[in-house]
Amino acid sequence: MEPRLSKLVIQGVSKAFSSTRALEAIDLAIEDNDFLCILGPSGCGKSTLLRIVAGLEVPSTGKVLLDGQPVSRPGPDRGMVFQSYTLFPWLTVRQNVLFGARARESVADELILRVGLKGFENHYPKQLSGGMQQRTALARALANDPKILLLDEPFGALDNQTRALMQELLLGIWEADRKTVLFVTHDIEEAIFMANRVAVMTARPGRLKSILPIELPHPRHYTMKTTAEFSRYKAALTEEIRVEAMKVI
Amino acid sequence: MTPLKPVGPGARVALGVAFFALFFLAWGVATLGGYVSPTFLADPGTMAREGWNLLAQHGFLKDILVTIWRVFGGFVLAAALGIPLGMAMGAYKPVEAFFEPFISFSRYLPASAFIPLLILWAGTGETQKLLVIFVGSFFQIVLMVAVAVGNTRRDLVEAAYTLGASDRAIVTRVLLPAAAPEIAEISRLVLGWAWTYVIVAELIGASSGIGHMIMDSQALLNTGQIIFGIVVIGVIGLVSDFLFKAFNRRLFPWSLA
Repeated sequence: MEPRLSKLVIQGVSKAFSSTRALEAIDLAIEDNDFLCILGPSGCGKSTLLRIVAGLEVPSTGKVLLDGQPVSRPGPDRGMVFQSYTLFPWLTVRQNVLFGARARESVADELILRVGLKGFENHYPKQLSGGMQQRTALARALANDPKILLLDEPFGALDNQTRALMQELLLGIWEADRKTVLFVTHDIEEAIFMANRVAVMTARPGRLKSILPIELPHPRHYTMKTTAEFSRYKAALTEEIRVEAMKVI
Repeated sequence: MTPLKPVGPGARVALGVAFFALFFLAWGVATLGGYVSPTFLADPGTMAREGWNLLAQHGFLKDILVTIWRVFGGFVLAAALGIPLGMAMGAYKPVEAFFEPFISFSRYLPASAFIPLLILWAGTGETQKLLVIFVGSFFQIVLMVAVAVGNTRRDLVEAAYTLGASDRAIVTRVLLPAAAPEIAEISRLVLGWAWTYVIVAELIGASSGIGHMIMDSQALLNTGQIIFGIVVIGVIGLVSDFLFKAFNRRLFPWSLA
């Protein structure tokens, strides 16, 4: 068997903003159908890394390859969901989902159904709760059929209960479609629950500290969060992150 | 009174009406009570009679229509040219760098100071009246629209890029719709200012319009007519503002919801 080409390759990517170094020489490869969580303390540059992959920031050194092609600017092949609510306020839910250059009506309607927004198609974002807005944003990114889905703490602004439900929703979609996902978070439990692999980053300037495979079986149910196995992962990652958080406090 | 505590709709109307009542009462006492000479200030009854006279015998309605037409003509001209330029400046920074310093300078030139020059260039006809309003409105519209477009939320622009939007689509599908309610609000504001320019333009070298009537009345020492003219301007301004607001609300239901 010939070695499989990684879907996304990050090669020696670093980033400096005027005088501060945000990222230092990151090397990371993400396989097709992978669900990778980047976990790090706040301010470690994990969002910057994701924005470089999205093409919203230009790296100071290194490059990002998607299916072997270098990334130079944002494009529909990399769908993104932001932490802030970025639905277009002048468009309804359905119009938002259809915004993408490659979005098709039939796919959009199916996605609206899957994220549980049937009946809200003609609502404006202002009429929706935060969770509903992020579900719409997820449907909007998926409707464009990207090669990889980039998520930048998408549930960070939601309350705990809503966040847990959103995690289950996203995980359910990934288990069904196996769309490649790169997910940035500072929430350890969120990372373990959803990811196949968790990449831990150091405090600023951000470097890759370790990669921990999460060998929990799929489909994952929320009750899994209370199992002994889950707790072991949590204990290990808590220790790693704690050390990094201490450096910047 | 508790700060920022909302007032009920009934009390709000009552308070608003109460001020008008007090105002007319004070005016009535000052004039009818003989505290102010009728040469300087007509009483409310005289104003109403003179106003009726103007409408019934002197064709004041035509003056009102002429003034309205001038305001809207000048305003539409300024908006038609100013909004696209303002959008181009807000969206494209080199365009902004090119125009912004000059327009920032021009906005402080008072429109009324241009009247003698505009009379020289365009005579005392309608073109000159429209130009006064244009000069007064255009630069304001350009600058405010440029700021409104330039302040579009960056994360919305980024989201559109990640969905595959082209540079051109960012302008037409994000910057324009995002700034549209604010552009409408800017237009409403500038239309209000245009009302002050038109009267100034009509005070000098005009043969029709509300401002012209006010000048004529001054020559006749008819303060009743002057005050009636001013009241008419206020009422028209209030009505047009109200219509503009209602129109904006209908046009942009998403910005309130």
